[in-house]
Amino acid sequence: MEAATVPLSRSTSLRRLREAGGRYVLIALLLVLPVAYGIQDLSQTGNLSRLGNNLVDGLSNGAIWALVAIGYTLVYGIIELINFAHGEVFMIGSFVAAGFFGTIGLTAAAGPAGLLVGLVLTLIACMAASGVLNVMIERVAYRPLRGAPKLAPLITAVGMSFILQNVGLLWLGGSPEGIVDLIRSQEVFFTFAGVEVSNGDVLALAVTIPLILLMTAFIGGTRLGKAMRATAQDPDAARLMGINVDTTISMTFLLGGMLAGAAGLIYALYQTTIWYFQGFTAGLIAFTAAVMGGIGNIKGAVLGGFIIGFIQQISDNRIGSSWTPAVVFAYLVLIMVFKPSGLLGEQTREAG
Amino acid sequence: MLELHDIRTFYGNIEALKGVSLSVDEGECVTLIGSNGAGKSTTLRSISGLTPPRFGQILFHGRDIARVPPQEIVRLGISQSPEGRRCFQRMSVQENLDMGAYLRRDKEIDADRAHVYELFPRLQERRTQKAGTMSGGEQQMLAIGRAMMARPKLLLLDEPSMGIAPILVERIYETIAEINRQGTTILLVEQNANYALGVSHRGYVLETGRVVLTDASSSLRENPEVQRAYLGT
Ligand SMILES: Nc1ncnc2c1ncn2[C@@H]1O[C@H](COP(=O)(O)OP(=O)(O)O)[C@@H](O)[C@H]1O
Ligand SMILES: [Mg+2]
Repeated sequence: MEAATVPLSRSTSLRRLREAGGRYVLIALLLVLPVAYGIQDLSQTGNLSRLGNNLVDGLSNGAIWALVAIGYTLVYGIIELINFAHGEVFMIGSFVAAGFFGTIGLTAAAGPAGLLVGLVLTLIACMAASGVLNVMIERVAYRPLRGAPKLAPLITAVGMSFILQNVGLLWLGGSPEGIVDLIRSQEVFFTFAGVEVSNGDVLALAVTIPLILLMTAFIGGTRLGKAMRATAQDPDAARLMGINVDTTISMTFLLGGMLAGAAGLIYALYQTTIWYFQGFTAGLIAFTAAVMGGIGNIKGAVLGGFIIGFIQQISDNRIGSSWTPAVVFAYLVLIMVFKPSGLLGEQTREAG
Repeated sequence: MLELHDIRTFYGNIEALKGVSLSVDEGECVTLIGSNGAGKSTTLRSISGLTPPRFGQILFHGRDIARVPPQEIVRLGISQSPEGRRCFQRMSVQENLDMGAYLRRDKEIDADRAHVYELFPRLQERRTQKAGTMSGGEQQMLAIGRAMMARPKLLLLDEPSMGIAPILVERIYETIAEINRQGTTILLVEQNANYALGVSHRGYVLETGRVVLTDASSSLRENPEVQRAYLGT
């Protein structure tokens, strides 16, 4: 918690030059795929609708990663811990969604109004379940180790992740489970300039964007949001202000878990298959998004989520889906080389 | 107002306070001096509940607060400007001050903020600036102002002169004296005893976790041992 030692060997002007140069390199790096394929599309078909479709799909996929990534970043920001069980919290969100559809008897036959009400109720259920689960994880696995060396909670985090995977395994078995395609997610909702926007895309953005806006407003504007920011910057100073740091940490896990639960619902509706291992993959991708954007920074997590969504879609569609993980991580490595703190990084406690 | 009875505080197995007793009366300014590692900060951290003592009593207005959590201690009227200032680096001056009033819901917060700006005009000039971009002296003013925003009955100050240009130290000490004159009781911790013994009524000398000497500040200033060890004369 002491101010970290910043290497002072290089002169600051040189560093600034590198930072400024780095920024342009980063922007160029991020634009290279869309620009290259955009030119290719234009020369072959005379329009950009294929690239447009990639971007729309990337946006809706990225929305899921962004929601999960915020949970990583919030928790890291406040207690400097990678909550490895976070992917599983997302997975449980999907499972609760599937279970809840059955419980309230929601089927595709419900009609638009029934479907809307049913989905809103399911969203609340998923957010509540994942939020509470995340709070419990912190209570059981992290809080008792608050004063312990940093490796200790890291390993209990990995342990929690395995435990929850096994819960998923017992719940729905070891193979992917198809669930009802309630919203006919692949059906085209509307077409704009040759770009098809599906029901799934609309759902993903209609849930994600308001949630992210609400969440930013909450952290920026409420008393609890202030307490979260203060605790993230200096827990002992926060205590001296009269902030209950334990409660604040619990609330942070609650918020992160709720967003992961919402992502779980979107994922279930969008993919229409769920299984116990989905949290591992999604967790890894979302964690990558959080690091890419600058861990500890909420805007960074959202940005990272959307960027990875785009890269994945472009790679799936153009390079081949077996290359996608390699392409994503190549991007991560390149970004880290030019900006080790991530795209919007440096707003973490060590840097402060 | 505040009484410490033989408190013993530990960091793991290390006993940092080996039985400290002291008292502060309403309206007083009391100082605790001692060299680096003597246990001064640990004493203040024990009072604030950050590192509660394992043994002993801390009475505040007669009530034992030794095991009361930090946020309740602030609510009871004890606030602290900690060692190293610990301002919220990425918040503005005004946001930092408002964090100091975190537990308050009354209508006089604005008036109190104005009062802090009166005490430290420099803070008003910088009110939109991020704390992290200010000098050490300015951050020290902010830390004290932030602690004042809790409207404390007892103000704990941990080494307000540490790492600050002498001219600013003088200004800060004038303000500390002023805060005390206006009625806030102060317990002041210092390594550099020159200023501390100047503003305080009484003093305690701490050595390796024990109080070794206590007297009126004016007498402590005349004490040859104190002069040699803490006054650099
Ligand atoms: N976080 C800590 N962990 C272990 N030992 C500590 C810690 N903080 C302080 N100490 C030890 O407790 C003793 C008193 O420290 P402190 O109260 O900071 O002294 P002072 O404020 O008088 O310089 C010292 O021996 C110090 O090494
Ligand atoms: Mg100290």
